[in-house]
Amino acid sequence: MSRDGFLPLANRRCVALRDVPEMRASDLGVELSSAVRDGWRIVSLFGTPESASLLRLIAVLARDDAGELVAATAIVPQEYPAIAAACHQALRFEREIAEQCGAAPTGAPPLVPVRRHAPDHAPSGWLPTVPDRDAFDVDVVSGEEVHEVAVGPVHAGVIEPGHFRFQAHGEEVLALEIVLGYQHRGVERLLERCERHTATLVAESIAGDTVIGHASAACGAIEALARSRKTPRAQAIRGIALELERLANHIGDLGAMSGDVAFQPAAAYLGRLRGECLNLLMTISGNRYGRGLIRPGGVGFDIPQDLAAEVVQRIERLRDELAPAIRLLFEASSVQSRFEGVGVVTGEQCRANGYVGIVARSCDVARDVRHDFAYGAYRFAQIPVASAWAGDVLARALVRRLEIQRSIEFLLEQVPALPRGAPRVECGPLQPSELVVALEEGWRGEIAHVVLTDAGGNVRRHKVVDPSFHNWPALAGAMPGNQISDFPLCNKSFNLSYAGHDL
Amino acid sequence: MLDLIRLRLRQRTRPADMSADGAALPERFRGRPTATDMARSRSLPVIDLGRSVFAPEELAERSDVAYSLDHRMAVSSREALVMDGGEIELAAALSERMRKVLGRSLRLRSVAAGSCGGCEAELTALGNVVFDMGRFGIQFVASPRHADGIVVTGAVSANMREALEKTYEAVPDPKIVIAVGACAISGGVFRGSGVVADGVPSSIPVDLWIPGCPPHPLTLLDGLLRLLGRL
Repeated sequence: MSRDGFLPLANRRCVALRDVPEMRASDLGVELSSAVRDGWRIVSLFGTPESASLLRLIAVLARDDAGELVAATAIVPQEYPAIAAACHQALRFEREIAEQCGAAPTGAPPLVPVRRHAPDHAPSGWLPTVPDRDAFDVDVVSGEEVHEVAVGPVHAGVIEPGHFRFQAHGEEVLALEIVLGYQHRGVERLLERCERHTATLVAESIAGDTVIGHASAACGAIEALARSRKTPRAQAIRGIALELERLANHIGDLGAMSGDVAFQPAAAYLGRLRGECLNLLMTISGNRYGRGLIRPGGVGFDIPQDLAAEVVQRIERLRDELAPAIRLLFEASSVQSRFEGVGVVTGEQCRANGYVGIVARSCDVARDVRHDFAYGAYRFAQIPVASAWAGDVLARALVRRLEIQRSIEFLLEQVPALPRGAPRVECGPLQPSELVVALEEGWRGEIAHVVLTDAGGNVRRHKVVDPSFHNWPALAGAMPGNQISDFPLCNKSFNLSYAGHDL
Repeated sequence: MLDLIRLRLRQRTRPADMSADGAALPERFRGRPTATDMARSRSLPVIDLGRSVFAPEELAERSDVAYSLDHRMAVSSREALVMDGGEIELAAALSERMRKVLGRSLRLRSVAAGSCGGCEAELTALGNVVFDMGRFGIQFVASPRHADGIVVTGAVSANMREALEKTYEAVPDPKIVIAVGACAISGGVFRGSGVVADGVPSSIPVDLWIPGCPPHPLTLLDGLLRLLGRL
């Protein structure tokens, strides 16, 4: 089964661009809207110049429970009827299109900047349409006792830059607006323009805590377009690295959440154990975040037998040291009372707005690319989807706890039984005029890289969607009704990427 | 409570050894490049650590220079990062006067300006029980007004430039600037993207340059301790 009017796709399978059905922009909006009602969600919606005066829009949708992925396209002039007018889930994507491509969708909510930069994917001659670089989207609340708290871009801790505006009544938050774009480095343009090795290094730097996730998705797309077939060994090593990355971040997050409620013992132990996971990645790849490991055609470093034995031993020790530290966190009543009921995201909000990853799984929306669109090692070694239902800070902590256990089980199963094969194979020139969607379940959630090639087999468009792009509005939506003082904890339980969003 | 104490004992204390050969780094670690035997017999290799992202491929085709296990590579000037002949002049201590101003503490304000978040993750790791910079009196503080200096990470994006300059101005004199990572030094992989300044602009004078992508926490700590004259 698929969706009428759309072309069925599969994760990392190329299709010819001319086979992607073309719709009128007004129909695309209506189609997306009815698809969202039927349980689909937008994976990506972006633009790329088609000619000097036309823009091609490409929409990729997914229905996770059925494991279905589809695409459609529309070719539009600068002014076209806004997709977001019919489909609310498309709003942020369309604002991004307006900013990146200089398009002027009409009939939609006002355009506000997403990242604040000049168009870098506009048909030649189109002028910027996003009016005011400093425009804010604040839901202004007025009243005698209402006050505003503005934070950032330079924060109190060692974190990335973003600007937060709280409208508050006493301690209670009435509205939160999040302004991003401070980390904008022109990533997509670099991925499109640089030669392949440099582009791989850029992909490793989309989000510094998701080196493996983004590099694997970028390489997955390039390999599909080059018809390069990785060996099972390379796929297994990529899976191992991805789960180590997930472990490091989940353990670190639990530690940081513990620190945010001033529960020091668990914060200290988990902070160190996060480092053990990074050190494992360093033993394999020479870098604590796994840089240098994921390369087009496979992996840059093999795991020989003696190294595998060492890795297994260290993971077993990690498992044994981790269990009591995590138990300590979850059994402390003072921690429970701070985690429970704070920052609630509901299943309806999640389905309506297309949230992904931990945020979705913690409000009982089971979405996991490793399960729904299985690829690489995950086709053979399935990891059960971890979920919780309450949608609060505690639920997001619980999902992490479950995923930590399951990643460790996966690693202990995979590392000692690495299949044979070369770690890396040839990855040649790309097929012309094709489209590929590479999905990867990074530790935060779904990473999507959509790559289009031109008639000469060069990368024409490399669209990156970090899970944070879907999930930042979830944080803004979860804050009203909570206290400002709970924001750091709530924020940490989402732990979204600024760099991944800002690109 | 007994469980808490038992767990505390089992977790032990584990501070990292900061002596010259205390670091036990794995075989594949890519530390400061050094000249190989091949080079010593021929011409001297030149390599700019400020531009390096320490990718395995960078030195793969060179026989005269290879990554070593040495994590120490923080220096006092941009020029010192251009290694001539495989040698490096590690960072010097601050002036006597400056060290007197600082006393036994160093308070820093972190500014991420167009980074991927990797360098910040390693700066955060300095606070864990292994690297534990607090034992040397080093601490990150919440406001530039409370700081002795700033640590800049990232290639300095157009959208962060003003915030970086304002933060720098907000730190009381005399102040220190530390550039951490390939991006802050030269723009790193984002060099030439057109929306970044390719590193800390010359209007902000840098006292300590710490290369890497991202630098290992030991590299960071080594640089900070050299700056304070503790190593």
